[in-house]
Amino acid sequence: MKILVCMKQVPQKDAPLKLNETATWIREDVSYEVNEPDAYALEEALRQKEKHGGEVVVITSGPARAQQVLREALAKGADRAIHLEDNAFVGLDAFNTARAFAAAIKDEQFDLIFTGLQSDDYGYAQVGVILAELLGWPHATIIMQIEKTDAGIKVKRELEAGFFQFVDMPLPAVLTIQSGINKLRYATLIGIKNAKNKPLRKVALADVQSAIGNNLQMIEKLYIPQKTKNTEFIEGPPAEVAKKLVEKLRNELRVL
Amino acid sequence: MATTAIPTTKISGGSFLLDDRRPEEVFTPEDFSEQHQLIGQTAEEFAVNEILPNVEKIEHKDFSVTRDLLKKAGELGLSGVEIPEAYGGLEMDKVTAAVIADHIAKYAGFATTWGGHTGIGTLPIVYFGTEGQKKKYLPRLAAGEIVGAYALSEASSGSDAMNCRTKATLSSDGKYYILNGEKMWITNAGFADLFTVFAKIDGEKFSAFLVEKGFPGISIGAEEHKMGIRGSSTCPVILNDCKVPVENLLGEIGKGHVIAFNILNVGRFKLGAMCVGGARVAIEHSIAYAKQRKAFNKVIADFGLVREKIANMAVGIYTGESLVYRTVGMMDAALNEVDKSSPDAAKETRKAIEEYAVECSIIKVWGSEMIDYVADEMVQIYAGYGFVEEYPAERTYRDARINRIFEGTNEINRLIITGFLLKRAMSGQLPLMPAIKKLMDEVLSGPSSDELDGPLAEESKLVGQAKKLGLFAAGAATQKYMQAIQDQQEIMGAIADMTIETYAMESVVLRTQKIIQAKGENAAALPLAMTRVYLSQAMGKIEAAAKKVIAAVADGDMLRTQLAILRRLAKYEPFNVIELRQQIAQKMIERGKYGIA
Ligand SMILES: Cc1cc2nc3c(=O)[nH]c(=O)nc-3n(C[C@H](O)[C@H](O)[C@H](O)COP(=O)(O)OP(=O)(O)OC[C@H]3O[C@@H](n4cnc5c(N)ncnc54)[C@H](O)[C@@H]3O)c2cc1C
Repeated sequence: MKILVCMKQVPQKDAPLKLNETATWIREDVSYEVNEPDAYALEEALRQKEKHGGEVVVITSGPARAQQVLREALAKGADRAIHLEDNAFVGLDAFNTARAFAAAIKDEQFDLIFTGLQSDDYGYAQVGVILAELLGWPHATIIMQIEKTDAGIKVKRELEAGFFQFVDMPLPAVLTIQSGINKLRYATLIGIKNAKNKPLRKVALADVQSAIGNNLQMIEKLYIPQKTKNTEFIEGPPAEVAKKLVEKLRNELRVL
Repeated sequence: MATTAIPTTKISGGSFLLDDRRPEEVFTPEDFSEQHQLIGQTAEEFAVNEILPNVEKIEHKDFSVTRDLLKKAGELGLSGVEIPEAYGGLEMDKVTAAVIADHIAKYAGFATTWGGHTGIGTLPIVYFGTEGQKKKYLPRLAAGEIVGAYALSEASSGSDAMNCRTKATLSSDGKYYILNGEKMWITNAGFADLFTVFAKIDGEKFSAFLVEKGFPGISIGAEEHKMGIRGSSTCPVILNDCKVPVENLLGEIGKGHVIAFNILNVGRFKLGAMCVGGARVAIEHSIAYAKQRKAFNKVIADFGLVREKIANMAVGIYTGESLVYRTVGMMDAALNEVDKSSPDAAKETRKAIEEYAVECSIIKVWGSEMIDYVADEMVQIYAGYGFVEEYPAERTYRDARINRIFEGTNEINRLIITGFLLKRAMSGQLPLMPAIKKLMDEVLSGPSSDELDGPLAEESKLVGQAKKLGLFAAGAATQKYMQAIQDQQEIMGAIADMTIETYAMESVVLRTQKIIQAKGENAAALPLAMTRVYLSQAMGKIEAAAKKVIAAVADGDMLRTQLAILRRLAKYEPFNVIELRQQIAQKMIERGKYGIA
């Protein structure tokens, strides 16, 4: 099986974020890491390859720093990488990102494309789904398990409240992968050393420019939520207090 | 990152006292390659996912867990970076070795084990082994299948290791050396498979032997009950007519001291790197605790005196990183010139590393005292909870203490620092004496005004002053004692202190300048604040040490004249360190851990 894994570099989970001057995104001077669900997507792809043979290719878009994500994937066992390298890719919406990816892989023949379920930064959960639409392939989201069958694949999807759905799908297909479905491997030192010599194809913005258009979705303003503290005493007999408390938690705070 | 200049010029050891360096000439953590970063990440993940969940078991000496972890570390390649590829290693640079030591050191009990295994347990064979010895042992050491240990110390000879009592005699058939004696405090002994044992052949010729656990006549004594690093094994090794095949003699007969000194030497930079890694864990705990502990209706992280401690911890880590990576960067530049295919490669490699004996000793002393300070303040922040076992401060405090004792006590290392520099000065290898003379002429001709400009001009000037203070004191002392200065330990120690602080000062300044060059002054506010705080601390220490020396070597009018010069050299406008520490602490508390952005 030939599998493409879409991976994104996102700010580290505990990085202190600061807004940029126009308050449309964060400042660049943070530490970055691999988007967590993408790491599981890569792991799953590597396991599929180990079982069924084939090739694992990783793709990312973003500035030079994003290459780190690809090197990490190559160190863990991916065979080659594609880097859509330009700062402008950071600001693309999900539709344009998917269009750029589709253009960059137009000469390739993949059996499967994996993305993480969603990115830890924007959290749209859209790129994979749109990419499937652009390619005219079937897709399934929140995947927990993949089994090869004679006709294609059988996947397990996570639904809400502990329910799962099993779906038989033909190939090629796009799957968005849930976090935590396997145990991530380490990049071994020998893998890291060898990763330097694996092929990494660079795609410039100009190469895919004709495939993308204006963003349909734009971030106008970001702000850091104000932390406020408010203490309220609910008085009355215990049963009534409990009832009021539940009501507040459900309707005002929406935590229940 | 990959775009920053990586220094490639070879710089001679100890020359920092005389020459001024430019930021482009030093290696800093900001220069890590993609590969260094990925390897650091693997070491970090290994520590967090594999080591930390097992701390309780290891602390109670369940060494089967330790062996498993050593095996896993070996499989990942973490234990093979200093071993040539031909013998199952990865043959990577010293920066990589330091990065791993730095990130793996999240729990001292295991870090000591791993450090003992990959350092003093393995490197004697890398640098001194025969082809046969390397083939036989290195691949399995790299893989963590067998564990190494280093048996030099004895009950009656620790620092004075050359004076050991363990003896070796050749058997009558000439096939074996028969070893008799008892080694003390041997790290990993409880479960190690291979020991580098030092003994005197015929009671005279100090030599090293590779002794397998299975050889007849070697036995391991009981575990020591230790103050700290209880998760490591420390036992006596008893040799009772132990039969060691002659092919297991390591290096040359009578040249054991070359092995003993070189191996400790090369290990020291990693000890420093581990101290930095340990301090990063300690500050993280300290901040987390300070943010949630309340007193007088505030969290204690709001109190200036607590914030000062957190800031100082951060300054320690920043300076430690600067020192360690500058030094390994220099080593790598020198090692790049070694022809790896030449038959003398091992020897040339050793020589390239030995060049930086002073810098490695500095890192060892400085790093061990930094982590001790950090651990001590961590206990203070936890206070009552810092004194009880349920919280991490107590163990951190106990664990930190050993670093000033092993791998050469800090006293011995201070003597090495000054001794090595003086030796180089006497032989003309390091033009220290002409520099001292030039300085003396200069100070006698009155105040000079060497104006510098550019980022950190003021700070660079301070580094220059620190160097002059050191040279001035060393000059005064050598004038009085000449060669006999070797017997004036307190003065040797004071000169070492000035040397250590000068190297640290210069290392932080150059690193911060390099950051400013890459990112601009605005992005470097935190590094700049940490640099200034460090310079203030260090200048205080250097001035005190210089005064101590001058007061010991001069009196009367001479003393007054020299003190006047000293004051002039030590003069600078103080930084507002209260404000700076507040800023530093604020950033650390916001982030919840150490960082420079
Ligand atoms: C946990 C642990 C692990 C260890 N692991 C190993 C190991 O794996 N292999 C190994 O071979 N050894 C090991 N050691 C031993 C360690 O290296 C020695 O303890 C150390 O070198 C000091 O020797 P000593 O204890 O005999 O102290 P001494 O040499 O007796 O020193 C006592 C004091 O006198 C000072 N002193 C000694 N000589 C001088 C001098 N010339 N000038 C000024 N001051 C001096 C010292 O600095 C120290 O303060 C370990 C020790 C410990 C505690």
